[in-house]
Amino acid sequence: MILTLAFRNLFHDRIRLAVTLVGILFSIVLVAIQLGMYLGSSRMITSMIERSNSDLWITAFGAKSFEEGGILLTSRERHQALATPGVKAVVPLVVAFAEWRKPEGGSTRVVLVGTDAEDGALEPWSLVSGTWQDIKSPDAISADDTYFRELGINGIGDTAQIAMGRVKVKALTHRIRSFTQSPYVFTTLSRARSLLGAESDKATFYLVQLEPGANLETVRHELLTRLDGAEVLTKNEFEDRSLRQWLFRTGAGLALIGGALLGILVGTVIVAQTLYSSTKDHLNEFATLRALGSSSGYIYKVILAQAGLSAVIGYVLGILISLGILYISRNTPLPLVMTPGLAGALFGLTLFMSAVSAISAIIKVTRIDPATVFNR
Amino acid sequence: MTKPVLECENVVKELGKGAGKVRALKGVNLSLVKGELTLLMGPSGSGKTTLLSILGCILTPTSGTIRVEGEEVAGKGPEELAELRRKHIGFIFQSYNLFPTLSALENVRIALDVIGRKGYQAALRAEEVLREVGLGNRLKNYPSNLSGGEQQRVAVARAIAASPSVVLADEPTAALDSENGHAVMALLARIAKEQNRSVLAVTHDPRTLGYADRVVRIEDGLIVGEERRPQGLDAPEITDLTKRRKANA
Repeated sequence: MILTLAFRNLFHDRIRLAVTLVGILFSIVLVAIQLGMYLGSSRMITSMIERSNSDLWITAFGAKSFEEGGILLTSRERHQALATPGVKAVVPLVVAFAEWRKPEGGSTRVVLVGTDAEDGALEPWSLVSGTWQDIKSPDAISADDTYFRELGINGIGDTAQIAMGRVKVKALTHRIRSFTQSPYVFTTLSRARSLLGAESDKATFYLVQLEPGANLETVRHELLTRLDGAEVLTKNEFEDRSLRQWLFRTGAGLALIGGALLGILVGTVIVAQTLYSSTKDHLNEFATLRALGSSSGYIYKVILAQAGLSAVIGYVLGILISLGILYISRNTPLPLVMTPGLAGALFGLTLFMSAVSAISAIIKVTRIDPATVFNR
Repeated sequence: MTKPVLECENVVKELGKGAGKVRALKGVNLSLVKGELTLLMGPSGSGKTTLLSILGCILTPTSGTIRVEGEEVAGKGPEELAELRRKHIGFIFQSYNLFPTLSALENVRIALDVIGRKGYQAALRAEEVLREVGLGNRLKNYPSNLSGGEQQRVAVARAIAASPSVVLADEPTAALDSENGHAVMALLARIAKEQNRSVLAVTHDPRTLGYADRVVRIEDGLIVGEERRPQGLDAPEITDLTKRRKANA
């Protein structure tokens, strides 16, 4: 009967129900978008590190992120790393921001990634046109089809200039997006060095692959003792560092989290307001229940059931709208991400928000004087 | 002598604070026994409803003793008082106090739900009491689709569903026309007699006198008179009414 009464109380006033649902829905959509952007951003920031086939990353001391590592490491560090017990391979990678001059004039910034795919540490994934062999051909690069407009190109065969040299688009990747909005452009290691004017033994990172059975911590410790002026990070550590740099030092992540908190706050206030007014309208019925001998707990359950029902209905509607927005965003430079974990967390958050909203109503009910039933 | 199911001794109730303090009850003694319909009559402001609230464990007295089925009420908190109400007392209110969003059957079921009787058995019991009060054909109707008399009968069914030993009714006929008023009083008299419950009805409706086994008069917070009426349900006017109702039906 608790659920029946809660359901009837809720649906008795359809307009108020609609206001409650809009409150929850607004909150869910806002939080889903903000956290979806946060997750999407996180994935973009860590995608290169995540996709790499490496156990450890050697970076110049203080490298802030994948894009901002500098081209400071030399072959000396590589040889020292290769001589370390437990190390199977040390693969150089060159990464740097560079100026991209569009074919029709104007310029933008790109992140140039120089890698030798044959080394098996990092290669452009999701190639939709062309192959790695095409990228190895003279002046060749791969660009991502999401950024054609920014790069001023239309597809394979277009030419542009990166920093010091002319390049030709020979392969296309699909949806390898960049958080910095500077598109990733892949080319070979030596061509990247040449375009960036770096010496032929220089690298931004060394990707370390371990021998089977080697202990990661032992190897890391050994590497640290051998390498001066360099850091040795696990993939997770480097991902965290990149996330910290782009999401928190730039304030972008705080803005997203702030937006999500605002959504939660607004949703809670709207739901609390409508639950309170619903409880106030049904106060005489709650007083009657109390006079009939119901415990306070019984009445609280009715109010919480009302809150819970609002939460479930609001959540279902909110998540459907959020999924629609997610679908629309899939081809934009900043796609939103929804994971089962996030969907579950949002549901938990909605229930929590509704339960918190019920507090004011419960306080109101706590003060009911059952004697009022005789005054009507 | 029959053991009282509900009794109060020297009950005093003060309402308000400071200069506005009013002594609503000034030392009331009253005992209710099973099988009797007692009317509590008195003018407005005499303390009828205050006494009913105290007897129903809704208000606590300033001083004096209340015993429900021999159990002392003094010192009990709101939850314990609610438990006493759940176990022993049924209420009927002047303005019915039905849940507008629930059907007649559900209005009775919720009283059972409150005492922990749920599911199919509770539904059967609710249907049974609604049939007892003559509403077997109105189970699914909502209060807005019932007449005042029918709504009050739903309230009576709700009050007796959990088989309380005491039923307390606050002006049960005040909002009803003559015929419905008589029907509800006859029902209360039957509940007292046939179900062996104690029924106390607060009223100032003289039409109800014929149904009472006992009439207690209260004025200015004091019991000023009490009379026994031996006829009860067998009173000639009730027999006539029952015959008339049967003929109409």
